[in-house]
Amino acid sequence: MTKFTFPESIKSRPIYGTLEAREGSAHLLVADAHGAEALLEVATPEMMAKAHIMYIPKGEDFEAKLRALKPASFYSGPSYAAAEPRLLKTLEDARMGLQVYLAGTEGLMGQAMNAAMAAGIPYTAIQTEHRGSVARRMQCVHCKGITEDVETDPFVCSHCGLNLFVRDHYSRRLAAYQGVCIDAEDPGNVPEPKGIYE
Amino acid sequence: MSGAEKIAVTVTDIVPLNDLVTRFEFKRTDGGPLPTFSGGAHTVVEMRDGDTTRLNPYSLMSDPMDQSAYTISVRRDDQGRGGSLYMHTKVAVGDEMVISYPVNLFSLDLRAKKHLFLAGGIGITPFLAQIKQLERFNGHWELHYASRTESLGSYVDELTSHHPNETHIYYDDQKQTIDLVNLLEGQPLGTHVYVCGPKGMIDWVRQTAAAEGWPREAIHYEEFLAPQPGKPFEVKLAVSNKVISVGENESLLEAMERAGVDAPYLCRGGACGQCETNVIDYSGNFIHRDHWLDDEEHAGGQKIMPCVSRFEGKTLVLDR
Repeated sequence: MTKFTFPESIKSRPIYGTLEAREGSAHLLVADAHGAEALLEVATPEMMAKAHIMYIPKGEDFEAKLRALKPASFYSGPSYAAAEPRLLKTLEDARMGLQVYLAGTEGLMGQAMNAAMAAGIPYTAIQTEHRGSVARRMQCVHCKGITEDVETDPFVCSHCGLNLFVRDHYSRRLAAYQGVCIDAEDPGNVPEPKGIYE
Repeated sequence: MSGAEKIAVTVTDIVPLNDLVTRFEFKRTDGGPLPTFSGGAHTVVEMRDGDTTRLNPYSLMSDPMDQSAYTISVRRDDQGRGGSLYMHTKVAVGDEMVISYPVNLFSLDLRAKKHLFLAGGIGITPFLAQIKQLERFNGHWELHYASRTESLGSYVDELTSHHPNETHIYYDDQKQTIDLVNLLEGQPLGTHVYVCGPKGMIDWVRQTAAAEGWPREAIHYEEFLAPQPGKPFEVKLAVSNKVISVGENESLLEAMERAGVDAPYLCRGGACGQCETNVIDYSGNFIHRDHWLDDEEHAGGQKIMPCVSRFEGKTLVLDR
């Protein structure tokens, strides 16, 4: 099960779509883990002839299938942080008409979207499709530290150790959801952690 | 009173530029400063021509930060309904006129990394103000300006001498045309394109940019439609309880105003959406000319933009 229907939420929460092939002078496809499935579905030979695929496997085994699409250029790296300099350089050198496709986890899509927006692409023109893990990239509102791939609510901030409640309040600038101390008034009174959508 | 707030001004300078275009300068009659504006803004000029009042929008072309005077350039249209002819033949230095506060429906998107301006003919005017605005903070821009002939190329000399590296001029009669596909494909990521000119040019740029994969939000255009003459027709205004007839040479909006009905408006050119009016009943055909309503709404018979659209048929009842 790599597709997930997110429950309806507040306005700040991002909504993801389904990738569609669009006309463009070049195509940049960025995915992690099961996001590869969305790339495999949207890819066309015409698109691949002008495509750069950047993939972060996170332990999944899609690399051979993606390479078989024969994109003009293919990169695989261990993390978004490792891929970021290449992504920024690709965007810096890009020309108008570039189409951006993002697929996979929210953390990956959010950060790559941030980079694409900073490069001058309106966020409405950047396509996204969620696949795979529903884990979130969280920012602790108290120490500002980011904890990646948070799967439970509440969770412990990996920086300051506070017990944080997972909010749907999202920051496009930080590409992260807000985590707020859950036991500030009654220290130690922390509910049993459970899956974010359980 | 509908529309933007009004300013009483005096005509302080009139400069004919070529066979078709004349520049007018306005200063506040009370001597005070005019409001600053943003590049791309227009003002609606009131022309009292005998019994006829025309309200025509013109792009402001002066420096947006210059509060001492506004300038506009008016292209004479001999086939039009007479607004531009009135400006060219009846207005003299020293005349007192009324203009509206600036309204901007064609503003720069300041998030753009680069601004690509495409002008056709008199469509150069909003860019003159936008260029002055961008020059203040060292903005990145490039202009491609097509004119019919060298002699009709308003402001070409000023542009090429002040901005030789940013300005590219094309003369139709010398078979020079903008190499649009090439131009668009070469633009760095984050470029926004702005086009102002004849309808054919605007459609060409919008379609080509869309086909090249440009985001909709990065394509900006301004097209003022002058209301076109047409067959006279009658309209019942349900709220005002009036039956008015729209003459051959006036718009539905102008006819309502003549009848003393305070109908909303802003651009008077089919672009801003302010005058959108609900249709209560009709029997006949709409002649929709705006680019505010979408195709479905045009076919639906529920709405009309009285600033530019007309009607042919037996009955039209509006919620106004």
